[in-house]
Amino acid sequence: MTELLLLALGASLVNNFVLSNFLGLCPFVGISRRFEAAAGMALATLFVLTVASGLSFAAWQWVLVPLGLEYLRTLVFILLIAGVVQLTELMVRATSPLLHQLLGIFLPLITTNCAVLGVALLNVDRQRGLLESLVFGASAGAGFGLALLLFAALRERLETADVPAAFRGAPLALITAGLMALAFMGFAGLGSR
Amino acid sequence: MMAARPAFPAGLALDAHKQLAAGLPIVELQAPAQVVLALDQGSGSMAQPVVAVGAKVAIGTLVARAGDAYATAIHASIAGTVSAIEQREAAVDGGRGVCIVIESDGTAAIDAALRPLPDLTALNPDELVRQLRDAGIAGLGGAAFPTATKLSAARTHGVQRLLLNGAECEPWVCCDDALMRSSASDVVLGARILQHALGTAECVIAIEDDKPEAIAALRAELAQQDDAALSIEVVPAVYPQGAERQLITTVTGIEVPSGGLPAEAGVICQNVATAAAVARWAQCGEPAISRVVTVTGSGVARPCNVRALIGTPLAALIDAAGGYQGTPMRLIAGGNMTGRALASDEVGLTKAINCVLVATSADLGVRLQAREAPCIRCGDCAAVCPAGLLPQQLHRATLADDPESLRRLGAHDCIDCGLCDFVCPSQIPLAHRFREARRRLRVADAAALSAAAAKARFERREQRLRAAAAAEQQTLDTVRSRAREGRDGATGPADGTG
Amino acid sequence: MSPDAVITAVGVAAALAAAIGLALGWAASRLAPDDGTLVAQIDALLPQTQCGQCQFPGCRPYAAAIAHAQADIDRCPPGGDATVRALAALLDRPARPVNPAYGVSKPAQVAWIDEERCIGCARCLPACPVDAIVGAARQMHTVIVDQCTGCELCLPPCPVDCIELRPVPVVAARYRMHRAA
Repeated sequence: MTELLLLALGASLVNNFVLSNFLGLCPFVGISRRFEAAAGMALATLFVLTVASGLSFAAWQWVLVPLGLEYLRTLVFILLIAGVVQLTELMVRATSPLLHQLLGIFLPLITTNCAVLGVALLNVDRQRGLLESLVFGASAGAGFGLALLLFAALRERLETADVPAAFRGAPLALITAGLMALAFMGFAGLGSR
Repeated sequence: MMAARPAFPAGLALDAHKQLAAGLPIVELQAPAQVVLALDQGSGSMAQPVVAVGAKVAIGTLVARAGDAYATAIHASIAGTVSAIEQREAAVDGGRGVCIVIESDGTAAIDAALRPLPDLTALNPDELVRQLRDAGIAGLGGAAFPTATKLSAARTHGVQRLLLNGAECEPWVCCDDALMRSSASDVVLGARILQHALGTAECVIAIEDDKPEAIAALRAELAQQDDAALSIEVVPAVYPQGAERQLITTVTGIEVPSGGLPAEAGVICQNVATAAAVARWAQCGEPAISRVVTVTGSGVARPCNVRALIGTPLAALIDAAGGYQGTPMRLIAGGNMTGRALASDEVGLTKAINCVLVATSADLGVRLQAREAPCIRCGDCAAVCPAGLLPQQLHRATLADDPESLRRLGAHDCIDCGLCDFVCPSQIPLAHRFREARRRLRVADAAALSAAAAKARFERREQRLRAAAAAEQQTLDTVRSRAREGRDGATGPADGTG
Repeated sequence: MSPDAVITAVGVAAALAAAIGLALGWAASRLAPDDGTLVAQIDALLPQTQCGQCQFPGCRPYAAAIAHAQADIDRCPPGGDATVRALAALLDRPARPVNPAYGVSKPAQVAWIDEERCIGCARCLPACPVDAIVGAARQMHTVIVDQCTGCELCLPPCPVDCIELRPVPVVAARYRMHRAA
């Protein structure tokens, strides 16, 4: 139990996928101009990460390893992730067409989010079990979502601030992300004995 | 008893500047040669004229009737002839409004229809409220809200407590103080009449603790009257103690809910000057044609309180205070927190103007040369807001033009006291911005309502047309099928009915 | 690698892809896209004038076109820049002024029938999308001011040009509507 908790803490805060590992930066900067859109993206990514982690583990443990096809893992994982993302898109379209419009191209782009593939591959590398893989995926998603929501809230505030022309938009966004990464460095060592 | 802190959140103790005018007796101003009666006496709603140019009027003659529940009836304050009904400089949004101008004929003829109230208790409360409406009695605390409308709402909700507002928290304004000192009996008589109109069980007169003479005068009057239902409560002198909701919270502990009315919370608040006006009406039938006004500021020679007729050009009031002196920067109708700057001193006195502040730059402080800087997130504005709002967040929502956030943050609960504006170190004109934002919200709400109504009518029309088309189609089908039957040899009606 | 290994690899990948495809196909048939909500949300921001200046036969068709990315958000002159801004805020797109190709924003207006010239032909009655004109054949026609949205659809059918548009002042009432006392 403690192990799982530490795993979760590590994936979400100490080694936050966006702010410590710098993965998944495309949606992080791309969809964070509006808080509602960012919240939708955070939920979608959390779902994809959790389900994809589980499915990847299942495919690895019960298909690839017994058949000796370990070298196919990248291809197979991508296939699975693409399928889950497509399912997510169908669900978003059915429940909230407005969110679907707001997310636009970024919803299918979750497939290419390196954090998702990264989580699947890390689970395999560290030889984790099913429960651990799921917890790792969900925590990574939670950490990604947290970073995304904080960033979106900051960007909405900055929208109406008096920013020098040269810094408006992307430059200020990147500086803000850097400062957030600095702040998250404060979590280093959390949970270590 | 003295309360240490007001019960409402925050607020700020302001430098009162009242000592200039308060101690002196009230100057009775002579009737002017011309009065300018604005159809919008300050409540935002216009009355409708019932006289034409050239009509002869006496003091107290009805010249405009209230078109809706938010306007007050207007009566002639001098005897003479209506010389014009036209746009004039007025103390309203936009600076100009339609006014009825009356030229004096030199007499003091009083309208024969005016009658004093025969017996307080004989009059049915509904009838009393109706007569107050006809007399044009409005709230004299600065909003000119029709008293009869407020009383009707209070009766509908069965309120049991009447609160008389003698707090007068705004700096510079001291007309209520002077009135309470000199006419305490009028205030108490007015309270009695209002109690009768409302059927309330108790009446509390709230006075700020910086008015010891007024408190003493009213205490003496109450001691004479020996009426158990009336009492005095002394409240701390913190701005904006005299704001209706804040005063209710301090005196009764009840917080009027957002979007709700004091009447719904079981309390009704009336200004002491309004009560005194009701008393004057009861004693001699005089409708709302005069009020006490503070004329003050470093820009007038002898600040004082005057009783002036409604419609008197403000220049006459300033003359009564010794005329201009020094270099005044602003002519303000009201106090320095909630007043309105005027472009001309020819504006006629309205029921809403409780103070004429001729302010120099020293009076107004550094605000006059204010250059707006960006918000530095100091939080001073939130620390002083008496309505418990977050002006910093409201400011951000105003900049982002975000009506949803504005509503959620309670933009409509802002009482427009001006404290956030007053304390902002970046000199951001917050009160002005929020007023504008609220106006835009109201316009948007009205547009949304009318759009929804138009949509409903459109959909009903579409439904009607579809039903008509379907009925027509059915008729055609019936006729055709009958014609087919006829061709096939079976008997059928040949007269084309179907 | 042995041919067997290659076949196994290809077979597994293909089988997986087929399985995923079938699963998604089944999911797609069960999860029907919800169009109505977005269209209703967009429609709620439009002024409901039903004037047709956007080249769609009413506000709801225009809302549907926006939802399906067939029309841009700047086509509504009666809504004006305020409506474009509201739509831009909802859909997270850049706001811009109303496209002049679809008309010019006019201040609030209502139609007025000159009773001296009206001949009672009743051609304007069916033209009004909100039934704001009252009248009948050979009877005087009049516009109910409170219900007129100023869409101007009644002007073309009138054979004697007796209808004109008059501005309505927009007064923001000082007191909000309270719940009925």
